[in-house]
Amino acid sequence: MADQTSVSIRNLDLSFGAVEVLKDLNLDIGAGEFLVLLGSSGCGKSTLLNCIAGLLEINAGQIHINGRNVTWEEPSARGIGMVFQSYALYPQMTVRGNLSFGLRNARVPKAEIARRVKEAAEILQIEPLLDRKPAALSGGQRQRVAIGRALVRHVDVFLFDEPLSNLDAKLRADLRVELKRLHDRLGNTMIYVTHDQIEAMTLADRIAIMRGGRIMQLASPGEIYNRPANRYVADFIGSPSMNFYEGHLTQDAQVFESGDFRVPLAAYPFDSAQPGGRPVTLGIRPEHVLTGPMAKTAPVAMGATVEMVEPMGSDTLVWARVAGLPLRLRMDGQAAVAPGDQLDIGLDLARAALFDAKTELRL
Amino acid sequence: MADLALSGPAGPRPKNRFSRANIFIYGTLLLVSVYYLLPLYVMVVTSLKGMPEIRLGNIFSPPVDITFEPWIKAWSSACTGLNCDGLSRGFWNSVRITIPSVILSIAVASVNGYALANWRFRGADLFFTILIFGAFIPYQVMIWPIVILLREMGLYTTLTGLVLVHTIFGMPILTLLFRNYFTSLPEELFKAARVDGAGFWGIYFRIMLPMSLPIFVVAMILQVTGIWNDFLFGVVYTKPDTYPMTVQLNNIVNSVQGVKEYNVNMAATLLTGLVPLIIYFVSGKLFVRGIAAGAVKG
Ligand SMILES: Nc1ncnc2c1ncn2[C@@H]1O[C@H](COP(=O)(O)OP(=O)(O)OP(=O)(O)O)[C@@H](O)[C@H]1O
Ligand SMILES: [Mg+2]
Repeated sequence: MADQTSVSIRNLDLSFGAVEVLKDLNLDIGAGEFLVLLGSSGCGKSTLLNCIAGLLEINAGQIHINGRNVTWEEPSARGIGMVFQSYALYPQMTVRGNLSFGLRNARVPKAEIARRVKEAAEILQIEPLLDRKPAALSGGQRQRVAIGRALVRHVDVFLFDEPLSNLDAKLRADLRVELKRLHDRLGNTMIYVTHDQIEAMTLADRIAIMRGGRIMQLASPGEIYNRPANRYVADFIGSPSMNFYEGHLTQDAQVFESGDFRVPLAAYPFDSAQPGGRPVTLGIRPEHVLTGPMAKTAPVAMGATVEMVEPMGSDTLVWARVAGLPLRLRMDGQAAVAPGDQLDIGLDLARAALFDAKTELRL
Repeated sequence: MADLALSGPAGPRPKNRFSRANIFIYGTLLLVSVYYLLPLYVMVVTSLKGMPEIRLGNIFSPPVDITFEPWIKAWSSACTGLNCDGLSRGFWNSVRITIPSVILSIAVASVNGYALANWRFRGADLFFTILIFGAFIPYQVMIWPIVILLREMGLYTTLTGLVLVHTIFGMPILTLLFRNYFTSLPEELFKAARVDGAGFWGIYFRIMLPMSLPIFVVAMILQVTGIWNDFLFGVVYTKPDTYPMTVQLNNIVNSVQGVKEYNVNMAATLLTGLVPLIIYFVSGKLFVRGIAAGAVKG
């Protein structure tokens, strides 16, 4: 990530009639950064992207792109290119026509248009398709053309609105890798909307997790996964999702208690010294529950009863019960476990998360 | 288990063409078709008979002596009042009314619909509500005010005036038609075109128009038949020189002097109905497709 900012959003408000969708939103995106907007359906990701593109008139705030205040600029004057979920190719134009439409509108000389179309087609490997109509393309090819349409315009900022979500799983994985390569090659700023965690984790330099029109956490994928800033983010990221236990801290803040379930917190990396004796939530990811020989030596070790086993090939998801509480844990794909088995488990508290029960913020 | 697949029904289920349900359905359809086609049949055969044959009174019998005399007379020499040049004058008047009215009303309404569907400008909803409300005001209420308006503009009894009236009265329903169609097109296409730097007219002509052929055909059929068949506005806002075909047809059929020439009347009526009929035949398929493609969707 470069130190120079590429897109800055200040105090952005947007509402549709009486419905407030974005509230006082601030966001800075560095030049060349790959930023992913991640959130559940209806949280305002597309709306934010449309605001940046200038397709929606905002109610308050400012948008800067490349140091220029573009709040009142037309979409085409903002130096952005956009790729839509439905591809949005112009059906009556050939691929070549689709790619060159923006350049023709900008009255770019013919020779230059031809050169740029050729260049983009080469990068995206769609040269043989240039004279076809969109109806004669497969989904993956259409999405390449849609990306090409942004590419030819030589813009600084690419906006993607769930570009891969209409493709099947295999193609999605392929195009994901290609997008990453494209980003490495071009070095543009990219803002990418998705509700697919894998896409977010693999592509992003930083992820902004959104909920109800607000950004809940903005951090690198690793940080989001390992140190979620609040319970929502912790729950949202990871599949299967985190185990949560409602309980409280003991007076000395050394132990988490929930009935018979007692977890010493000596290994937990507190952000700051915490007063004890108050309600908190403990979160542990299924993959951070240790089993086998590692469980015995773990600082926090206990026994669990297996209730259900879901083999998933590469690993096995085990539903167990510990001290009367449900626990999901992830084991090796070859693990031989059956319902009713007793398991020794250990908790890796260095990677666990504690949240204040009221504010839901990380402790 | 394997043998089970070999016994019992296999492949397409046999159909009985002469089942009771089929006989009932096709019988009803046939009956209704005959019922609708009978008047047309009577008109065609009568128009091809001479007057002596008509006086025999067998309206269903086919013509013994086929003559095209009534058609020629209806077109070029039937009398209405002082003019004796048949329907031809009315035909050309109607052509001069219909073509500009259709083009003008569709051009304006499609731009209206496009602006309402895609460029949600301030007050768009109010504008749309008023326009739709206009569609429910009975024509009769507005006849007299429009006479005054046209007179003040110096357009009363002119073809231009009538074209203007047709354009205005076609506006609510056509705008609704176009707005709904454009709303049904994917919004992302419009957004993509804006990012690509196309403006209001650029998007209209280069993105929207090429995708909207079916709805333009629907609008054209509605307008051509509506305006061609119009009688009320024609009789109120024009004078004998500029009467459209329908008004002239009425004057021929209802002329009180002399004997009633049924064959000429039938021929004149068929001639008048020919234009909408041809339009339907030529573009019927596109019409249905346009209706299916969102013309009637909310
Ligand atoms: N034109 C509109 N009029 C009114 N409300 C709208 C409009 N567009 C979006 N909304 C509302 O704004 C909220 C955010 O919508 P948005 O499309 O940004 O969600 P999203 O995060 O992109 O969801 P998804 O993942 O399903 O695409 C939603 O609650 C939606 O109902
Ligand atoms: Mg969306």
